[in-house]
Amino acid sequence: MAVMMYWEAIRRAQDEELARDPMVIVMGEDVGVAGGTYKATKGLYEKYGAERVIDTPISENGFTGLGIGASFIGVRPIIEIMSVNFAWLAMDQIFNSAAKVRYMSGGQLEAPVVIRSPGGTAHQLGAQHSARMEKVFMGVAGLRVVTPSNPRQAYGLVKSAVRCNDPVFINEHELMYNMKGEVPDEEYFHPLEGSEVARQGRDVTLFGYNISVHWCLEAAEFLASHHGIDCEVVDLYSLSPLDRAGIKASVSKTHRAIIAEEAEAPVGVGSEVMAIINEECFFELDAAPVRVSARNVPIPYNHRLEKAAIPGAKDVVHAVLKMFGKQ
Amino acid sequence: MQRDLVRQFFYDMLLARLFEQAAAEQYVQGNIAGFLHLYPGEEAVAVGTLRAADPGDYVVSTYREHVHALVRGVSADAVMAELFGRVGGCSRGYGGSMHLFDVQRRFLGGYAIVGETLPIAIGVGYRLAMNGARDAVLCYFGDGAVNQGTFHESLNMAALWKLPVLFICENNHYQIGTEIHRHSAMAEIYRRACAYGMAAKRVDGMDVLAVYGAARAALEHVREGLGPYLLECETYRYRGHSMADSGAYRSALEVAELQARDPLLTLRARAVEEGWIAAAEIEALEEKAQQAVESAVRFAAQSPPPDDMYHGVYAQPVDLYRGQP
Repeated sequence: MAVMMYWEAIRRAQDEELARDPMVIVMGEDVGVAGGTYKATKGLYEKYGAERVIDTPISENGFTGLGIGASFIGVRPIIEIMSVNFAWLAMDQIFNSAAKVRYMSGGQLEAPVVIRSPGGTAHQLGAQHSARMEKVFMGVAGLRVVTPSNPRQAYGLVKSAVRCNDPVFINEHELMYNMKGEVPDEEYFHPLEGSEVARQGRDVTLFGYNISVHWCLEAAEFLASHHGIDCEVVDLYSLSPLDRAGIKASVSKTHRAIIAEEAEAPVGVGSEVMAIINEECFFELDAAPVRVSARNVPIPYNHRLEKAAIPGAKDVVHAVLKMFGKQ
Repeated sequence: MQRDLVRQFFYDMLLARLFEQAAAEQYVQGNIAGFLHLYPGEEAVAVGTLRAADPGDYVVSTYREHVHALVRGVSADAVMAELFGRVGGCSRGYGGSMHLFDVQRRFLGGYAIVGETLPIAIGVGYRLAMNGARDAVLCYFGDGAVNQGTFHESLNMAALWKLPVLFICENNHYQIGTEIHRHSAMAEIYRRACAYGMAAKRVDGMDVLAVYGAARAALEHVREGLGPYLLECETYRYRGHSMADSGAYRSALEVAELQARDPLLTLRARAVEEGWIAAAEIEALEEKAQQAVESAVRFAAQSPPPDDMYHGVYAQPVDLYRGQP
């Protein structure tokens, strides 16, 4: 297995899919000549040309809709939206067209588009470049939402998303593009549904996705070595559909659950996982499930306040210790 | 003017008028629900433009699209059954009045968000341009849509990449209840195309022959690879915006003036005068259209409702339990 960076994994997946199928196109702001804001499309313009690697105007709703319309008659677009904060502008096309067209056409049309976009708090980017919005996307029927936590998933999820006939939103993270990890040398398709047990454990399940998986793993190591608490970490790489079976299986084993998310708590991944736990295995719980999440504020610019607004591994550790009555 | 063509225009417009009247009746009787946006007064636009198109062209339309579907060849039975929400409908009862689809006829839908048709249409156009095909996309929208960002975003991209799209503005002068001079700084919509270096024309949308001629020329321009075209058709709707709207914001005088220019009656008078259609033939066509509409209502009433709630939400059914009980 080769070790590569997260952006390289995404680039490789797109390169392979562009090479395989002439109907695959890549589009977005600066994805072509400039090579992509996060390098995820580096070199593809030179290789596949301006018609298939399209530098778009700054018209998020317009070009996302263009990709969706093209997908109705055979094109397989991979649309990059530079930041999820800009994806708000494209929500009409994503929600009203892509997510609903198969249903409202009685199965005649479908929108096999992939929409990739990074979100999350990076380095003092301010309130309008730091938000997350996977919580909004995951609530819309007809849309799939996946969010890779490592280069292997990033590669395999892009590959699977391009082949999928549903619209797939891939939520990436600005801080993770340079993360290194092993990616299979052979072609690899990561499932678009389900979850992964990133660390086996007995005492409590820590649910994370994307960047928060890493907080959970760090917290689990610390809790094992310092407090003898054995945490299981479940990576919810699919946010829609959420892995009801996987959530149930882990909580039935550990009887405790903590959900870590970088977004603010209301109407989020945490609240949804807690609802599933209630519905599936409430009577197997030894403690009330807890959310670790951001403060309910627009992300502040000031460095100290920004750090304080979003959680991390320490907050997961505190939540576990509190749950076990050790704090 | 070819007699066959005029006869076709007349029949299309007649069927459109009678179909919409029947839809209104069925709405009042409770057989059709939701919003119902009817087309009387605007028939010359759909008929003139769609009769100028080829079977290989794609059509993307709005929520006021019953007549576009009918002229494109979707049967009155299938359109009426869709309004009734039945499986015999062209969207199998999952779409309703605002979401008619017929992929076989390249009728890619009715869309209910104002301004939503434009990005979809340029996407279809992008695919056609990749092929170098001579097919075109006919993209419909009303005067209310031209102040959406998608109008400008789409005209820009279509012109930038020379996409084969005919943008057709059905300017009925009202965005729901707001008259065009109260919603648009530039009410001559075709002039907006010049901002994108796009060819454009304004045509009398109450005159089917004028619309047809303009649409033919515009489509030829598009097919020749000269880039997109904006055709503004000035028209008028005789009813309110939807069945929920009486249209009381318009003066009786204004409505009467436009009714005097009724596209259907105007064509009939001219066709008889010019000898294109015989008076006896008109009666026969009226009878035929009336029967088609009555038959559509009977078909719709007898068609069963769809019963699969989850059909088509995802390509494959989602198993949240992954095979476990």
